[in-house]
Amino acid sequence: MSRSRENDTPMVFKGTVWKFGHNIDTDVIIPARYLNDSDPVSLAEHCMENANSGFSLKMKPGDLIAAGSNFGCGSSREHAPIALKAKGVSCIIAETFARIFYRNAFNTGLPILESRDAVMGIKEGDTIQVELETGRILNLDTGRSFQAAPVPEFMRQILKDGGLIPHIIRRGSG
Amino acid sequence: MPMTITEKLLADHAGLREVFPGQLVHATIDIALGNDITAPIAIKQFQKIGVKHVFDKDRVVLVPDHFAPNKDIQSAEQCRMLREFSREQHLTHYFEVGNAGIEHALLPEKGIVLPGDLVIGADSHTCTYGALGAFATGVGSTDLAAVMATGKLWFKVPESIKLIYTGRRRPWVGGKDLILYTIGKMGVDGARYQAMEFVGETIRRLPMDDRFTMANMAIEAGAKNGIFIPDPTTAAYVKRRATREFRFYRSDPKAIYREVMEFNLDQIEPQVALPHSPENVRGISEVGEISIDQAVIGSCTNGRISDLKQAASILKGKKAAPGVRLIIIPATPSIYREAMKKGYFDIFLNAGGVISPPTCGPCLGGYMGVLGKGERAVATTNRNFIGRMGHQESEVILSNPSVAAASAVLGRLAGPEELGIEQE
Repeated sequence: MSRSRENDTPMVFKGTVWKFGHNIDTDVIIPARYLNDSDPVSLAEHCMENANSGFSLKMKPGDLIAAGSNFGCGSSREHAPIALKAKGVSCIIAETFARIFYRNAFNTGLPILESRDAVMGIKEGDTIQVELETGRILNLDTGRSFQAAPVPEFMRQILKDGGLIPHIIRRGSG
Repeated sequence: MPMTITEKLLADHAGLREVFPGQLVHATIDIALGNDITAPIAIKQFQKIGVKHVFDKDRVVLVPDHFAPNKDIQSAEQCRMLREFSREQHLTHYFEVGNAGIEHALLPEKGIVLPGDLVIGADSHTCTYGALGAFATGVGSTDLAAVMATGKLWFKVPESIKLIYTGRRRPWVGGKDLILYTIGKMGVDGARYQAMEFVGETIRRLPMDDRFTMANMAIEAGAKNGIFIPDPTTAAYVKRRATREFRFYRSDPKAIYREVMEFNLDQIEPQVALPHSPENVRGISEVGEISIDQAVIGSCTNGRISDLKQAASILKGKKAAPGVRLIIIPATPSIYREAMKKGYFDIFLNAGGVISPPTCGPCLGGYMGVLGKGERAVATTNRNFIGRMGHQESEVILSNPSVAAASAVLGRLAGPEELGIEQE
Protein backbone atom coordinates (compact mmCIF):
# COMPACT_ATOMS: atom_id res chain seq x y z
CA MET A 1 0.00 0.00 0.00
CA SER A 2 2.78 2.48 0.83
CA ARG A 3 6.37 2.91 -0.18
CA SER A 4 9.36 2.05 1.96
CA ARG A 5 10.03 4.23 4.97
CA GLU A 6 13.15 5.80 3.47
CA ASN A 7 10.95 7.88 1.18
CA ASP A 8 8.83 8.94 4.08
CA THR A 9 10.19 12.29 5.20
CA PRO A 10 8.46 13.65 8.30
CA MET A 11 5.78 16.22 7.59
CA VAL A 12 6.46 19.25 9.76
CA PHE A 13 4.52 22.52 9.73
CA LYS A 14 5.43 25.81 11.37
CA GLY A 15 3.25 28.90 11.37
CA THR A 16 0.95 31.33 13.11
CA VAL A 17 -2.28 30.13 14.70
CA TRP A 18 -5.81 31.36 14.03
CA LYS A 19 -8.22 30.26 16.73
CA PHE A 20 -11.88 29.33 16.43
CA GLY A 21 -14.49 27.98 18.86
CA HIS A 22 -16.59 24.82 19.02
CA ASN A 23 -18.88 23.42 16.29
CA ILE A 24 -17.37 25.39 13.40
CA ASP A 25 -19.72 24.19 10.64
CA THR A 26 -19.01 23.91 6.94
CA ASP A 27 -21.39 26.84 6.21
CA VAL A 28 -18.95 28.94 8.24
CA ILE A 29 -15.89 27.44 6.54
CA ILE A 30 -17.32 28.07 3.05
CA PRO A 31 -20.84 29.55 2.77
CA ALA A 32 -23.15 27.74 0.34
CA ARG A 33 -23.70 30.95 -1.61
CA TYR A 34 -20.28 30.30 -3.18
CA LEU A 35 -20.91 26.65 -4.05
CA ASN A 36 -22.07 27.44 -7.58
CA ASP A 37 -18.35 27.14 -8.30
CA SER A 38 -15.90 24.40 -7.34
CA ASP A 39 -12.67 26.19 -8.31
CA PRO A 40 -10.31 25.96 -5.27
CA VAL A 41 -8.88 29.46 -5.81
CA SER A 42 -12.26 31.23 -5.86
CA LEU A 43 -13.48 29.15 -2.90
CA ALA A 44 -10.36 30.12 -0.91
CA GLU A 45 -11.24 33.83 -1.14
CA HIS A 46 -14.34 33.27 1.00
CA CYS A 47 -12.89 30.82 3.46
CA MET A 48 -14.14 31.29 7.07
CA GLU A 49 -15.83 34.59 6.20
CA ASN A 50 -18.98 33.82 8.23
CA ALA A 51 -16.82 33.47 11.37
CA ASN A 52 -14.01 35.98 10.83
CA SER A 53 -14.33 38.25 7.82
CA GLY A 54 -10.64 39.25 8.04
CA PHE A 55 -9.30 35.71 7.91
CA SER A 56 -9.09 35.30 4.19
CA LEU A 57 -7.41 38.71 3.77
CA LYS A 58 -4.94 38.49 6.64
CA MET A 59 -3.89 34.86 6.92
CA LYS A 60 -0.56 33.89 5.42
CA PRO A 61 0.07 30.63 3.60
CA GLY A 62 1.39 28.12 6.10
CA ASP A 63 -0.71 29.47 9.00
CA LEU A 64 -2.53 26.91 11.11
CA ILE A 65 -5.99 26.71 12.65
CA ALA A 66 -6.71 25.61 16.21
CA ALA A 67 -10.38 25.01 17.04
CA GLY A 68 -12.70 23.44 19.61
CA SER A 69 -14.79 20.33 19.31
CA ASN A 70 -16.75 19.05 16.29
CA PHE A 71 -14.84 21.12 13.70
CA GLY A 72 -16.40 20.79 10.22
CA CYS A 73 -19.87 19.72 11.33
CA GLY A 74 -22.88 20.15 9.05
CA SER A 75 -22.87 19.67 5.31
CA SER A 76 -20.68 17.12 3.52
CA ARG A 77 -19.27 19.71 1.14
CA GLU A 78 -15.69 18.83 0.23
CA HIS A 79 -15.39 22.47 -0.76
CA ALA A 80 -14.63 23.13 2.95
CA PRO A 81 -11.25 21.35 3.18
CA ILE A 82 -10.56 22.32 -0.46
CA ALA A 83 -11.00 26.02 0.39
CA LEU A 84 -8.86 25.80 3.54
CA LYS A 85 -6.11 23.99 1.70
CA ALA A 86 -6.20 26.33 -1.31
CA LYS A 87 -6.00 29.29 1.07
CA GLY A 88 -2.75 27.84 2.37
CA VAL A 89 -3.84 26.54 5.79
CA SER A 90 -1.08 24.01 6.50
CA CYS A 91 -2.74 22.03 9.29
CA ILE A 92 -5.78 22.09 11.55
CA ILE A 93 -5.68 21.07 15.20
CA ALA A 94 -9.06 20.61 16.85
CA GLU A 95 -10.37 19.01 20.02
CA THR A 96 -12.45 16.77 17.74
CA PHE A 97 -13.58 16.74 14.10
CA ALA A 98 -17.02 15.95 12.66
CA ARG A 99 -16.84 12.62 10.85
CA ILE A 100 -17.54 13.63 7.25
CA PHE A 101 -15.03 16.49 7.49
CA TYR A 102 -12.45 14.08 8.94
CA ARG A 103 -12.72 11.79 5.90
CA ASN A 104 -12.82 14.72 3.48
CA ALA A 105 -9.68 16.30 4.96
CA PHE A 106 -7.57 13.19 4.31
CA ASN A 107 -9.21 12.62 0.94
CA THR A 108 -8.27 16.14 -0.18
CA GLY A 109 -4.82 16.11 1.42
CA LEU A 110 -5.41 18.57 4.28
CA PRO A 111 -3.46 17.54 7.43
CA ILE A 112 -5.46 17.46 10.67
CA LEU A 113 -4.75 16.41 14.27
CA GLU A 114 -6.91 16.01 17.34
CA SER A 115 -5.63 17.34 20.68
CA ARG A 116 -7.70 19.06 23.33
CA ASP A 117 -4.60 19.95 25.38
CA ALA A 118 -2.94 21.66 22.44
CA VAL A 119 -6.05 23.68 21.62
CA MET A 120 -6.27 24.78 25.27
CA GLY A 121 -2.56 25.67 25.36
CA ILE A 122 -2.43 27.72 22.16
CA LYS A 123 -3.59 31.33 21.76
CA GLU A 124 -4.43 33.12 18.54
CA GLY A 125 -1.23 34.55 17.09
CA ASP A 126 1.08 31.99 18.72
CA THR A 127 3.69 30.39 16.51
CA ILE A 128 3.62 26.62 16.67
CA GLN A 129 5.36 23.67 15.09
CA VAL A 130 3.56 20.42 14.28
CA GLU A 131 5.07 17.04 13.42
CA LEU A 132 2.51 14.75 11.82
CA GLU A 133 4.62 11.63 12.17
CA THR A 134 4.94 11.88 15.96
CA GLY A 135 1.84 13.97 16.70
CA ARG A 136 4.04 16.42 18.62
CA ILE A 137 2.80 20.00 18.75
CA LEU A 138 5.20 22.64 20.07
CA ASN A 139 4.15 26.15 21.04
CA LEU A 140 7.27 28.12 20.11
CA ASP A 141 6.08 31.20 22.03
CA THR A 142 5.56 29.46 25.36
CA GLY A 143 7.85 26.47 24.94
CA ARG A 144 5.03 24.09 25.91
CA SER A 145 4.62 20.92 23.93
CA PHE A 146 1.57 18.72 23.43
CA GLN A 147 1.02 15.21 22.16
CA ALA A 148 -1.73 14.35 19.66
CA ALA A 149 -2.33 10.84 18.35
CA PRO A 150 0.13 10.55 15.45
CA VAL A 151 -1.26 10.18 11.93
CA PRO A 152 -0.73 6.53 10.87
CA GLU A 153 1.75 5.99 8.06
CA PHE A 154 -0.77 4.97 5.39
CA MET A 155 -2.81 8.10 6.05
CA ARG A 156 0.33 10.26 6.01
CA GLN A 157 1.07 8.83 2.59
CA ILE A 158 -2.35 9.95 1.38
CA LEU A 159 -1.59 13.44 2.69
CA LYS A 160 1.90 13.49 1.16
CA ASP A 161 0.48 12.49 -2.20
CA GLY A 162 -2.02 15.36 -2.02
CA GLY A 163 -5.17 13.36 -1.31
CA LEU A 164 -6.83 10.03 -2.04
CA ILE A 165 -7.13 10.29 -5.83
CA PRO A 166 -3.49 11.29 -6.51
CA HIS A 167 -2.53 8.61 -3.98
CA ILE A 168 -4.49 5.94 -5.91
CA ILE A 169 -3.05 7.11 -9.22
CA ARG A 170 0.51 7.12 -7.88
CA ARG A 171 0.43 3.94 -5.85
CA GLY A 172 -2.33 2.03 -7.53
CA SER A 173 -4.35 1.35 -4.41
CA GLY A 174 -6.53 3.13 -1.86
CA MET B 1 -22.81 -12.36 18.86
CA PRO B 2 -25.96 -10.20 19.13
CA MET B 3 -25.86 -7.21 16.77
CA THR B 4 -27.75 -3.97 16.13
CA ILE B 5 -29.51 -3.34 12.82
CA THR B 6 -26.62 -1.07 11.80
CA GLU B 7 -24.02 -3.75 12.58
CA LYS B 8 -25.97 -6.46 10.73
CA LEU B 9 -26.34 -4.29 7.66
CA LEU B 10 -22.64 -3.43 7.56
CA ALA B 11 -21.63 -7.06 8.21
CA ASP B 12 -23.76 -8.35 5.33
CA HIS B 13 -22.48 -5.71 2.93
CA ALA B 14 -18.88 -6.46 3.94
CA GLY B 15 -19.41 -10.21 3.47
CA LEU B 16 -18.77 -10.88 7.16
CA ARG B 17 -20.76 -12.96 9.64
CA GLU B 18 -20.38 -10.34 12.33
CA VAL B 19 -18.80 -6.95 12.96
CA PHE B 20 -18.12 -4.94 16.11
CA PRO B 21 -17.99 -1.17 16.74
CA GLY B 22 -14.65 0.35 15.79
CA GLN B 23 -13.93 -2.33 13.17
CA LEU B 24 -12.93 -1.06 9.72
CA VAL B 25 -14.81 -2.82 6.94
CA HIS B 26 -14.77 -2.59 3.16
CA ALA B 27 -18.40 -2.76 2.09
CA THR B 28 -20.38 -3.03 -1.14
CA ILE B 29 -22.60 -0.06 -1.92
CA ASP B 30 -26.20 -0.48 -3.16
CA ILE B 31 -26.84 3.14 -4.12
CA ALA B 32 -24.46 6.10 -4.51
CA LEU B 33 -25.87 9.61 -4.83
CA GLY B 34 -24.59 13.02 -5.86
CA ASN B 35 -26.16 16.43 -6.48
CA ASP B 36 -25.30 19.55 -8.47
CA ILE B 37 -23.05 20.90 -5.68
CA THR B 38 -21.08 17.76 -4.87
CA ALA B 39 -21.15 15.68 -8.07
CA PRO B 40 -19.10 18.11 -10.22
CA ILE B 41 -16.08 17.55 -7.93
CA ALA B 42 -16.81 13.80 -7.83
CA ILE B 43 -16.99 13.62 -11.63
CA LYS B 44 -13.63 15.42 -11.97
CA GLN B 45 -12.10 13.04 -9.42
CA PHE B 46 -13.66 10.01 -11.15
CA GLN B 47 -12.15 11.13 -14.45
CA LYS B 48 -8.73 11.48 -12.81
CA ILE B 49 -8.87 7.87 -11.57
CA GLY B 50 -9.06 6.86 -15.21
CA VAL B 51 -11.84 4.26 -14.96
CA LYS B 52 -14.05 4.31 -18.05
CA HIS B 53 -17.41 3.29 -16.62
CA VAL B 54 -19.22 3.66 -13.32
CA PHE B 55 -19.48 0.40 -11.38
CA ASP B 56 -23.21 0.04 -12.12
CA LYS B 57 -25.31 2.44 -14.18
CA ASP B 58 -28.44 1.54 -12.19
CA ARG B 59 -26.85 2.33 -8.84
CA VAL B 60 -25.23 5.73 -9.38
CA VAL B 61 -27.89 8.41 -8.96
CA LEU B 62 -27.47 12.08 -9.86
CA VAL B 63 -30.04 14.70 -8.88
CA PRO B 64 -29.63 18.39 -9.71
CA ASP B 65 -31.66 19.91 -6.87
CA HIS B 66 -29.64 22.43 -4.87
CA PHE B 67 -29.33 25.30 -7.36
CA ALA B 68 -31.64 23.82 -10.02
CA PRO B 69 -33.59 25.03 -11.99
CA ASN B 70 -30.26 26.74 -12.65
CA LYS B 71 -30.00 29.87 -10.55
CA ASP B 72 -27.13 31.44 -12.48
CA ILE B 73 -24.53 30.68 -15.14
CA GLN B 74 -22.14 28.92 -12.79
CA SER B 75 -24.95 26.68 -11.49
CA ALA B 76 -25.97 25.98 -15.07
CA GLU B 77 -22.43 24.82 -15.80
CA GLN B 78 -22.43 22.53 -12.77
CA CYS B 79 -25.78 21.02 -13.78
CA ARG B 80 -24.47 20.62 -17.32
CA MET B 81 -21.62 18.48 -15.98
CA LEU B 82 -24.15 16.15 -14.33
CA ARG B 83 -26.27 15.98 -17.46
CA GLU B 84 -23.35 15.18 -19.76
CA PHE B 85 -21.82 12.65 -17.39
CA SER B 86 -25.20 10.92 -16.95
CA ARG B 87 -25.64 10.69 -20.72
CA GLU B 88 -22.11 9.44 -21.29
CA GLN B 89 -22.44 6.81 -18.54
CA HIS B 90 -26.05 5.91 -19.48
CA LEU B 91 -27.18 6.43 -15.88
CA THR B 92 -30.69 5.08 -15.28
CA HIS B 93 -31.40 7.53 -12.48
CA TYR B 94 -30.61 11.04 -13.61
CA PHE B 95 -33.43 13.48 -12.99
CA GLU B 96 -33.85 16.52 -15.23
CA VAL B 97 -35.84 19.58 -14.17
CA GLY B 98 -39.51 18.61 -14.36
CA ASN B 99 -38.78 15.14 -13.03
CA ALA B 100 -36.30 16.21 -10.39
CA GLY B 101 -37.08 16.95 -6.79
CA ILE B 102 -35.17 17.28 -3.55
CA GLU B 103 -33.01 14.16 -3.59
CA HIS B 104 -33.89 12.83 -0.14
CA ALA B 105 -37.62 13.07 -0.81
CA LEU B 106 -37.27 11.83 -4.38
CA LEU B 107 -35.22 8.65 -3.95
CA PRO B 108 -37.54 6.94 -1.42
CA GLU B 109 -40.61 8.07 -3.37
CA LYS B 110 -39.24 6.47 -6.57
CA GLY B 111 -38.30 3.27 -4.75
CA ILE B 112 -34.62 3.80 -5.61
CA VAL B 113 -33.51 3.34 -2.01
CA LEU B 114 -35.02 0.42 -0.11
CA PRO B 115 -34.92 -1.24 3.32
CA GLY B 116 -31.68 -3.10 3.95
CA ASP B 117 -29.67 -1.03 1.45
CA LEU B 118 -26.25 0.43 2.09
CA VAL B 119 -26.45 3.94 0.66
CA ILE B 120 -23.80 6.64 0.46
CA GLY B 121 -24.44 10.11 -0.83
CA ALA B 122 -22.30 13.17 -1.28
CA ASP B 123 -24.78 15.09 0.81
CA SER B 124 -24.88 15.04 4.59
CA HIS B 125 -28.65 14.48 4.69
CA THR B 126 -28.26 11.12 2.97
CA CYS B 127 -28.95 9.77 6.46
CA THR B 128 -32.67 10.37 5.67
CA TYR B 129 -32.99 6.86 4.17
CA GLY B 130 -32.41 5.33 7.59
CA ALA B 131 -36.16 5.88 7.97
CA LEU B 132 -36.62 2.86 5.69
CA GLY B 133 -34.28 0.66 7.70
CA ALA B 134 -31.32 1.27 5.37
CA PHE B 135 -27.79 2.17 6.42
CA ALA B 136 -27.33 5.55 4.78
CA THR B 137 -24.59 8.07 5.39
CA GLY B 138 -23.17 11.25 3.91
CA VAL B 139 -19.67 11.38 2.43
CA GLY B 140 -17.60 13.88 0.46
CA SER B 141 -17.15 14.10 -3.29
CA THR B 142 -13.90 12.11 -3.38
CA ASP B 143 -15.49 9.18 -1.54
CA LEU B 144 -18.38 9.33 -4.03
CA ALA B 145 -15.84 9.25 -6.88
CA ALA B 146 -14.17 6.19 -5.36
CA VAL B 147 -17.56 4.44 -5.11
CA MET B 148 -18.54 5.39 -8.65
CA ALA B 149 -15.33 3.70 -9.78
CA THR B 150 -15.33 0.62 -7.54
CA GLY B 151 -18.78 0.16 -5.93
CA LYS B 152 -17.09 -0.14 -2.56
CA LEU B 153 -16.05 2.05 0.35
CA TRP B 154 -14.41 1.60 3.76
CA PHE B 155 -16.37 2.31 6.91
CA LYS B 156 -15.67 2.32 10.62
CA VAL B 157 -18.52 0.39 12.27
CA PRO B 158 -20.19 2.93 14.59
CA GLU B 159 -21.32 2.37 18.13
CA SER B 160 -25.10 2.68 18.46
CA ILE B 161 -27.24 4.84 20.71
CA LYS B 162 -30.76 3.54 21.33
CA LEU B 163 -33.37 6.29 21.59
CA ILE B 164 -36.66 5.07 23.02
CA TYR B 165 -39.77 7.22 22.60
CA THR B 166 -42.85 6.53 24.72
CA GLY B 167 -46.14 8.25 25.37
CA ARG B 168 -48.72 9.94 23.24
CA ARG B 169 -47.83 12.78 20.90
CA ARG B 170 -49.76 15.96 21.67
CA PRO B 171 -51.50 17.84 18.84
CA TRP B 172 -49.13 19.38 16.28
CA VAL B 173 -46.20 17.37 17.60
CA GLY B 174 -44.53 15.34 14.86
CA GLY B 175 -41.20 13.92 13.74
CA LYS B 176 -39.60 17.38 13.59
CA ASP B 177 -40.45 18.06 17.23
CA LEU B 178 -39.17 14.66 18.34
CA ILE B 179 -35.84 15.12 16.61
CA LEU B 180 -35.39 18.77 17.67
CA TYR B 181 -36.16 17.77 21.26
CA THR B 182 -33.62 14.94 21.00
CA ILE B 183 -30.88 17.18 19.52
CA GLY B 184 -31.63 19.75 22.23
CA LYS B 185 -30.91 17.06 24.83
CA MET B 186 -27.90 15.46 23.10
CA GLY B 187 -26.20 18.48 21.53
CA VAL B 188 -24.87 18.84 18.00
CA ASP B 189 -22.06 16.42 18.65
CA GLY B 190 -23.92 14.14 21.07
CA ALA B 191 -23.94 11.29 18.55
CA ARG B 192 -20.69 12.13 16.76
CA TYR B 193 -19.52 9.11 14.76
CA GLN B 194 -22.39 6.97 16.09
CA ALA B 195 -25.60 5.36 14.92
CA MET B 196 -28.88 6.71 16.31
CA GLU B 197 -31.49 3.94 16.48
CA PHE B 198 -35.03 5.27 16.94
CA VAL B 199 -37.41 2.85 18.69
CA GLY B 200 -40.35 2.68 21.10
CA GLU B 201 -44.13 2.60 21.09
CA THR B 202 -44.40 6.19 19.80
CA ILE B 203 -42.11 5.36 16.89
CA ARG B 204 -44.16 2.29 15.98
CA ARG B 205 -47.18 4.60 15.56
CA LEU B 206 -45.20 7.27 13.70
CA PRO B 207 -46.08 7.80 10.01
CA MET B 208 -43.41 7.37 7.34
CA ASP B 209 -43.07 11.09 6.54
CA ASP B 210 -42.28 11.83 10.19
CA ARG B 211 -39.69 9.08 10.24
CA PHE B 212 -37.95 10.62 7.22
CA THR B 213 -37.89 13.96 9.07
CA MET B 214 -36.26 12.37 12.12
CA ALA B 215 -33.66 10.33 10.24
CA ASN B 216 -32.90 13.40 8.10
CA MET B 217 -31.65 15.35 11.12
CA ALA B 218 -29.54 12.59 12.71
CA ILE B 219 -26.52 14.37 11.17
CA GLU B 220 -27.47 17.47 13.19
CA ALA B 221 -26.51 15.47 16.30
CA GLY B 222 -23.26 14.50 14.57
CA ALA B 223 -24.44 10.94 13.86
CA LYS B 224 -23.04 8.74 11.12
CA ASN B 225 -26.52 7.36 10.49
CA GLY B 226 -30.01 7.37 11.95
CA ILE B 227 -32.08 4.23 11.59
CA PHE B 228 -35.56 2.81 12.18
CA ILE B 229 -36.53 -0.84 12.45
CA PRO B 230 -38.70 -1.62 9.40
CA ASP B 231 -42.29 -2.54 10.29
CA PRO B 232 -45.74 -2.69 8.63
CA THR B 233 -45.63 1.10 8.08
CA THR B 234 -42.36 0.66 6.16
CA ALA B 235 -43.80 -2.31 4.25
CA ALA B 236 -46.87 -0.32 3.19
CA TYR B 237 -44.61 2.48 1.93
CA VAL B 238 -42.21 0.36 -0.10
CA LYS B 239 -44.51 -2.32 -1.50
CA ARG B 240 -45.92 -0.12 -4.28
CA ARG B 241 -42.53 1.43 -5.04
CA ALA B 242 -39.91 -1.31 -4.98
CA THR B 243 -38.81 -2.87 -8.27
CA ARG B 244 -36.01 -4.96 -6.78
CA GLU B 245 -35.65 -7.14 -3.70
CA PHE B 246 -35.20 -5.61 -0.29
CA ARG B 247 -34.62 -6.89 3.20
CA PHE B 248 -35.91 -6.02 6.65
CA TYR B 249 -33.22 -6.09 9.33
CA ARG B 250 -33.87 -5.77 13.04
CA SER B 251 -31.64 -5.43 16.09
CA ASP B 252 -31.12 -8.47 18.30
CA PRO B 253 -32.72 -8.12 21.74
CA LYS B 254 -29.31 -8.45 23.38
CA ALA B 255 -27.45 -6.10 21.01
CA ILE B 256 -25.01 -3.77 22.75
CA TYR B 257 -25.56 -0.02 22.84
CA ARG B 258 -23.17 2.69 23.93
CA GLU B 259 -26.07 4.51 25.51
CA VAL B 260 -29.84 4.17 25.90
CA MET B 261 -31.94 7.31 26.20
CA GLU B 262 -35.68 7.44 26.89
CA PHE B 263 -38.06 10.25 26.04
CA ASN B 264 -41.65 10.43 27.22
CA LEU B 265 -43.70 12.60 24.90
CA ASP B 266 -46.83 13.11 27.00
CA GLN B 267 -45.82 16.65 27.96
CA ILE B 268 -43.77 17.67 24.91
CA GLU B 269 -45.08 20.65 22.90
CA PRO B 270 -43.94 21.76 19.40
CA GLN B 271 -40.23 22.53 19.51
CA VAL B 272 -38.13 25.18 17.78
CA ALA B 273 -34.37 25.67 17.40
CA LEU B 274 -33.33 29.29 17.82
CA PRO B 275 -30.28 30.81 16.06
CA HIS B 276 -27.60 29.69 15.41
CA SER B 277 -27.58 25.99 16.27
CA PRO B 278 -29.97 23.05 15.93
CA GLU B 279 -29.26 22.27 19.60
CA ASN B 280 -30.59 25.65 20.77
CA VAL B 281 -34.05 24.13 21.30
CA ARG B 282 -37.07 25.49 23.20
CA GLY B 283 -40.73 24.59 23.54
CA ILE B 284 -42.89 26.99 21.52
CA SER B 285 -44.48 28.43 24.68
CA GLU B 286 -41.07 29.50 25.99
CA VAL B 287 -39.89 31.66 23.10
CA GLY B 288 -41.42 35.06 23.90
CA GLU B 289 -41.97 37.72 21.24
CA ILE B 290 -39.77 37.09 18.19
CA SER B 291 -40.82 38.82 14.96
CA ILE B 292 -40.21 37.19 11.58
CA ASP B 293 -39.72 38.43 8.02
CA GLN B 294 -40.14 35.13 6.20
CA ALA B 295 -41.58 31.65 6.62
CA VAL B 296 -40.22 28.78 4.52
CA ILE B 297 -42.10 25.49 4.32
CA GLY B 298 -40.19 22.82 2.39
CA SER B 299 -36.78 21.06 2.23
CA CYS B 300 -35.63 17.45 2.54
CA THR B 301 -36.72 17.67 6.17
CA ASN B 302 -40.31 18.86 5.80
CA GLY B 303 -41.35 19.25 2.16
CA ARG B 304 -43.51 16.11 1.95
CA ILE B 305 -47.26 15.89 1.45
CA SER B 306 -48.16 15.55 5.13
CA ASP B 307 -46.05 18.64 5.85
CA LEU B 308 -47.95 20.63 3.21
CA LYS B 309 -51.24 19.28 4.55
CA GLN B 310 -50.31 20.51 8.01
CA ALA B 311 -49.42 23.95 6.65
CA ALA B 312 -52.66 24.08 4.65
CA SER B 313 -54.78 23.23 7.66
CA ILE B 314 -53.28 26.23 9.48
CA LEU B 315 -53.38 28.65 6.54
CA LYS B 316 -56.91 27.81 5.36
CA GLY B 317 -58.91 31.05 5.22
CA LYS B 318 -56.04 33.04 6.71
CA LYS B 319 -53.41 35.43 5.39
CA ALA B 320 -49.73 35.83 6.08
CA ALA B 321 -49.16 38.91 8.25
CA PRO B 322 -48.23 42.09 6.36
CA GLY B 323 -44.50 42.13 5.74
CA VAL B 324 -44.09 38.35 6.05
CA ARG B 325 -42.98 36.49 2.95
CA LEU B 326 -44.45 32.99 2.86
CA ILE B 327 -42.58 30.54 0.64
CA ILE B 328 -43.83 26.99 0.05
CA ILE B 329 -41.60 24.43 -1.64
CA PRO B 330 -43.11 20.99 -2.41
CA ALA B 331 -40.14 18.62 -2.38
CA THR B 332 -40.89 16.59 -5.54
CA PRO B 333 -43.07 16.88 -8.67
CA SER B 334 -45.47 14.20 -7.40
CA ILE B 335 -45.86 15.95 -4.04
CA TYR B 336 -46.40 19.18 -5.99
CA ARG B 337 -49.17 17.60 -8.07
CA GLU B 338 -50.83 15.97 -5.08
CA ALA B 339 -50.82 19.25 -3.14
CA MET B 340 -52.36 20.97 -6.14
CA LYS B 341 -55.08 18.30 -6.52
CA LYS B 342 -55.94 18.47 -2.84
CA GLY B 343 -56.53 22.22 -3.12
CA TYR B 344 -53.60 23.26 -0.95
CA PHE B 345 -52.29 25.64 -3.62
CA ASP B 346 -55.45 27.76 -3.45
CA ILE B 347 -55.05 27.94 0.31
CA PHE B 348 -51.38 28.95 0.03
CA LEU B 349 -52.02 31.51 -2.73
CA ASN B 350 -55.02 32.98 -0.87
CA ALA B 351 -52.77 33.32 2.17
CA GLY B 352 -50.38 35.42 0.08
CA GLY B 353 -47.81 32.68 -0.27
CA VAL B 354 -45.64 31.86 -3.25
CA ILE B 355 -45.13 28.27 -4.44
CA SER B 356 -41.66 27.35 -5.62
CA PRO B 357 -40.73 24.48 -7.92
CA PRO B 358 -39.02 21.63 -6.07
CA THR B 359 -35.51 22.76 -5.05
CA CYS B 360 -33.31 23.05 -1.97
CA GLY B 361 -33.21 26.78 -2.82
CA PRO B 362 -33.21 28.99 0.27
CA CYS B 363 -32.41 26.26 2.81
CA LEU B 364 -28.71 26.69 2.12
CA GLY B 365 -28.90 30.30 1.03
CA GLY B 366 -28.94 29.50 -2.67
CA TYR B 367 -31.93 31.34 -4.08
CA MET B 368 -35.76 31.45 -4.00
CA GLY B 369 -35.88 33.30 -0.67
CA VAL B 370 -32.40 34.35 0.49
CA LEU B 371 -32.37 36.57 3.59
CA GLY B 372 -30.96 40.10 3.75
CA LYS B 373 -29.04 41.75 6.58
CA GLY B 374 -30.84 41.58 9.90
CA GLU B 375 -33.74 39.50 8.55
CA ARG B 376 -35.18 36.49 10.35
CA ALA B 377 -36.96 33.43 8.98
CA VAL B 378 -38.82 30.58 10.55
CA ALA B 379 -38.13 27.54 8.39
CA THR B 380 -39.00 23.86 8.35
CA THR B 381 -35.43 23.16 7.20
CA ASN B 382 -32.65 21.44 9.14
CA ARG B 383 -29.88 23.98 9.79
CA ASN B 384 -29.81 27.44 11.32
CA PHE B 385 -26.07 28.07 11.22
CA ILE B 386 -24.75 31.63 10.82
CA GLY B 387 -25.50 32.84 7.30
CA ARG B 388 -27.15 29.56 6.30
CA MET B 389 -30.10 31.21 4.51
CA GLY B 390 -28.32 34.32 3.32
CA HIS B 391 -26.62 37.34 4.88
CA GLN B 392 -24.28 36.52 7.74
CA GLU B 393 -26.33 38.83 9.95
CA SER B 394 -29.61 37.03 9.15
CA GLU B 395 -31.23 34.44 11.38
CA VAL B 396 -33.07 31.14 10.93
CA ILE B 397 -35.38 29.44 13.42
CA LEU B 398 -36.17 25.79 12.79
CA SER B 399 -39.68 24.45 13.35
CA ASN B 400 -42.33 22.03 12.17
CA PRO B 401 -44.71 23.10 9.33
CA SER B 402 -47.62 24.02 11.63
CA VAL B 403 -45.44 26.41 13.64
CA ALA B 404 -43.98 27.94 10.46
CA ALA B 405 -47.50 28.47 9.08
CA ALA B 406 -48.89 29.89 12.33
CA SER B 407 -45.87 32.18 12.60
CA ALA B 408 -46.47 33.44 9.06
CA VAL B 409 -50.07 34.36 10.02
CA LEU B 410 -49.12 36.08 13.27
CA GLY B 411 -45.91 37.72 12.02
CA ARG B 412 -43.99 36.33 14.96
CA LEU B 413 -42.79 32.97 16.15
CA ALA B 414 -45.95 31.19 17.37
CA GLY B 415 -47.58 27.80 17.65
CA PRO B 416 -50.87 26.74 16.01
CA GLU B 417 -52.60 26.58 19.38
CA GLU B 418 -52.49 30.39 19.53
CA LEU B 419 -54.74 30.38 16.47
CA GLY B 420 -57.09 27.96 18.17
CA ILE B 421 -56.80 25.40 15.36
CA GLU B 422 -57.26 21.72 16.19
CA GLN B 423 -55.26 19.10 14.34
CA GLU B 424 -57.45 16.90 12.12
